[in-house]
Amino acid sequence: MPKDGGIGASSKRREDVRFLTGTGNYTDDINIHGQAHVFFLRSDIAHGTITSVDTGAAEGMPGVVKVFTGADFEAVGGMPCGWQVTDKHGQPMQEPKHPILAHGKVRHVGEPIAAVVADTLEQARDAAEAIVVDIDELPAVVDMKAAVASDDVKVHDDLTSNLCYDWGFVEENKDATDAAFEAAAHVTTLELVNNRLVANPMEPRVAVGDYARGTDESTLYTTSQNPHVIRLLMGAFVLGIPEHKLRVVAPDVGGGFGTKIFHYQEEAFCTFAAKACNRAVKWTSSRSEAFMSDAHGRDHVTKIELALDGDNNFTAVRTETYANMGAYLSTFAPSIPTWLHGTLMAGNYKTPLIYVNVKAVFTNTVPVDAYRGAGRPEATFQLERVIDKAARELGVDPVELRRQNFITEFPYATPVAVEYDTGDYHATMDKVLEISDRDGFAARRAESEAKGKLRGFGINCFIEACGIAPSNLVGQLGARAGLYESATVRVNATGGLVVMTGSHSHGQGHETSFAQVVADMIGIDENMVEIVHGDTSKTPMGMGTYGSRSIAVGGSAMVRATEKIIAKAKKIASHLLEASESDIELKDGAFSVAGTDKSVAWGDVTLAAYVPHNYPLEDIEPGLEETAFYDPSNFTYPAGAYTCEVEVDPATGEVTIERFASADDFGNVVNPMIVEGQVHGGIAQGIGQALLENCSYDENGQLLTASYMDYTMPRADNLPQMDHYVVDHSCQTPCTHNPLGVKGCGEAGAIGSPPTVINAIIDALQSGGHDVAHIDMPATPARVWAAMHG
Amino acid sequence: MEMSGSIKIDADRETVWAALLSPDVLKECVPGCQEMTGTPEDGFAATVVQKVGPVKATFKGEVQLQDRVPPESLRLVGEGKGGAAGFAKGGAKVQLVEEEGGTRLDYEAEAKVGGKLAQLGSRIIDGFARKMADQFFEKFRQAVEGPAEDEAADASPDAPKKGWFRSMVSG
Repeated sequence: MPKDGGIGASSKRREDVRFLTGTGNYTDDINIHGQAHVFFLRSDIAHGTITSVDTGAAEGMPGVVKVFTGADFEAVGGMPCGWQVTDKHGQPMQEPKHPILAHGKVRHVGEPIAAVVADTLEQARDAAEAIVVDIDELPAVVDMKAAVASDDVKVHDDLTSNLCYDWGFVEENKDATDAAFEAAAHVTTLELVNNRLVANPMEPRVAVGDYARGTDESTLYTTSQNPHVIRLLMGAFVLGIPEHKLRVVAPDVGGGFGTKIFHYQEEAFCTFAAKACNRAVKWTSSRSEAFMSDAHGRDHVTKIELALDGDNNFTAVRTETYANMGAYLSTFAPSIPTWLHGTLMAGNYKTPLIYVNVKAVFTNTVPVDAYRGAGRPEATFQLERVIDKAARELGVDPVELRRQNFITEFPYATPVAVEYDTGDYHATMDKVLEISDRDGFAARRAESEAKGKLRGFGINCFIEACGIAPSNLVGQLGARAGLYESATVRVNATGGLVVMTGSHSHGQGHETSFAQVVADMIGIDENMVEIVHGDTSKTPMGMGTYGSRSIAVGGSAMVRATEKIIAKAKKIASHLLEASESDIELKDGAFSVAGTDKSVAWGDVTLAAYVPHNYPLEDIEPGLEETAFYDPSNFTYPAGAYTCEVEVDPATGEVTIERFASADDFGNVVNPMIVEGQVHGGIAQGIGQALLENCSYDENGQLLTASYMDYTMPRADNLPQMDHYVVDHSCQTPCTHNPLGVKGCGEAGAIGSPPTVINAIIDALQSGGHDVAHIDMPATPARVWAAMHG
Repeated sequence: MEMSGSIKIDADRETVWAALLSPDVLKECVPGCQEMTGTPEDGFAATVVQKVGPVKATFKGEVQLQDRVPPESLRLVGEGKGGAAGFAKGGAKVQLVEEEGGTRLDYEAEAKVGGKLAQLGSRIIDGFARKMADQFFEKFRQAVEGPAEDEAADASPDAPKKGWFRSMVSG
């Protein structure tokens, strides 16, 4: 029976009331008296030397407050990178300077060259047109392999090449892996592209900088997933503002998907300009600007090989990947194709030897960084596609080939440096075959064929490392930050609670699910708990939300802080009840003495804490407020099995998703409705990648997809009907190392779904007699049709 | 993008060649041209208003005439900047071949666009460029030899067929 409150209840999302009634407070809703507006003049050339920037005419235009160029930022730092990867020779990656406004050269279309601050946005835009920029155009490099093969075109003149790093993992396993391939009974090889994506959150990025001259305090309102990280990076590394003089607020944020993790030039600019102009300065990205300035995602070119012995056991995996960094290193870019990708190459399988090589490459394109899943979708896609191909080559059932190689004993240490704590991959496989009605597939295929369509069934498994991350471990791996999370629980005198969390909600429903956890622990109504996030002046130092970490890490910090609250409240209750502290029990919002009918209500205890007339002042302080920082001891490992059924129209190559089913193991689940919504959304994005989305450049580095006319987002009619779009999370092996036993669910759908779709398409085409081994994403009708016709 | 084509012009090669070097002819023939000044030696400065898909802009540009081999061949190289709309640049090699009853003009052109034009118009830019080229050369042919037979006949049944440019140069 479903619960009606607390952990496990599908409580309605309280934040939706304001989101759906137009009473949210997004960054663009924030207007500060006297604010000016900034328009960024962006490069429409991919690569060139700036010979002059003449702002004279623009400065005289109506309403113009000030015009900034790269020269204005020579005294401040550039955009910092938060992760240093060490290459296979033990050398640090090549790390170029990343200016706030282009200086000397432009390196991608969309790079800001100058910024006009004016009374109105229209005036700023008009004045930007009057800026005369002379750029000597240089040849651009877009193709990663060409960028590595030759230094003829170098994105950064002061680096030795376009190679950021050449990473080998685990380098010590390379020879043994090669030997396993020599000894293999069968080797399956697959070359593929993981297509470049643009995150496209519904709300574009916005930044409002403000400065209070009287107190010398700067404030930045920004569309961020992690305001404390922005405060640290921008304050310490870019602008030199001490943290106690800098406040960063990320209010309601309309979707992030990773692209709002990073510290962007526009944030630093607005903060800097507000002080320079002594006026608040506001920037709101247009959709076109978002396409050429938000960090992109994916963009890998990979060759993967799978070695099997004579009994079809996986003996080794070997990969070579080119990973696009774009023109500069975005905040966490170097970590995505390495530590969030190479460490997942074991997947759900007990492959004993794995060697991953990743070449990260600079090109004249927008920087690439984390996008929902971040490295793990790229790992899953190649591994699950090569397994599917191997099953076809060997003539075995792709389900059975996977089952035969599943990891079944936990904890399991992979050859790629992580240790899975729990999991049951057969259980999720059983579940997905049941809910997808695989047994009925043959009949459905026959129905499709009767209509002249090809029908395919795709199967896929995945695992991800979430709950990012143990600080001491990631420190060894090159992270320049800790990845703990924080929470302060403040109990008010009349019993209500305010939880200030370092996690950030931008669509995930934390205000609801976090309140469920705290209310459940105390035994009070959820509505007595308020969740506060997104303001460095209110919340303790926290690392924010990404990598499916909020409930696993942020939730754990909140549990620890609430445990401290309960411990202190019990001390107060024991005083009020004149009983031993060890006999005090907390249940349903009341403290009682075990074995008696003596009790005192939660509200009486909280009131005593703030009106300490009858209070053990000699033992404890008044007040009831506690803070906890939680640093996880391991990643969490959500895993699952997905199926997809497609129909392919052989006349046009058009693919429709007829059915999709997912069986995920997220460990314990706090709010099933929210979890299902997260998975539905993630799968929709994965289907977008598989069938529709593609960010493309021409050979001159011109961005060709910068609007929804050319970049196709998934829509409701690209998804199956809801009764055939089944998400299940009933298989639960709780995480062993966090107090809630949770694993995180935010990215799973986007990780598990792309290979499921492609596996289904290949199955459909093969059923029609087409010898097609692989189709790169997006599997557009043109590509599918071309593959069918050789 | 690249394109090529040929048109037949009912005029001798010297007349066609002179027309190619005339800013007035070019102004008349470049679709959307508001202004064209300059000389074949120094190059021409042009202002062109065009709408490419959703992008409408005023392009200010320069055209240079290179590798001139009168009256056989030359190369046009140009670049136009459209401010927020981006830019277009390109070149065309033009060859004039004497044929019976006139001159054949062969061209091979390449063009590239950048900025908003590329971002919003890339799907339609090839078709757009083809249309621009067709319009240009059709107008050019008309300017040199006059309107098509039936139109000319309607306008003045007895007058010899003569374009405004040829009228001007031949008096």
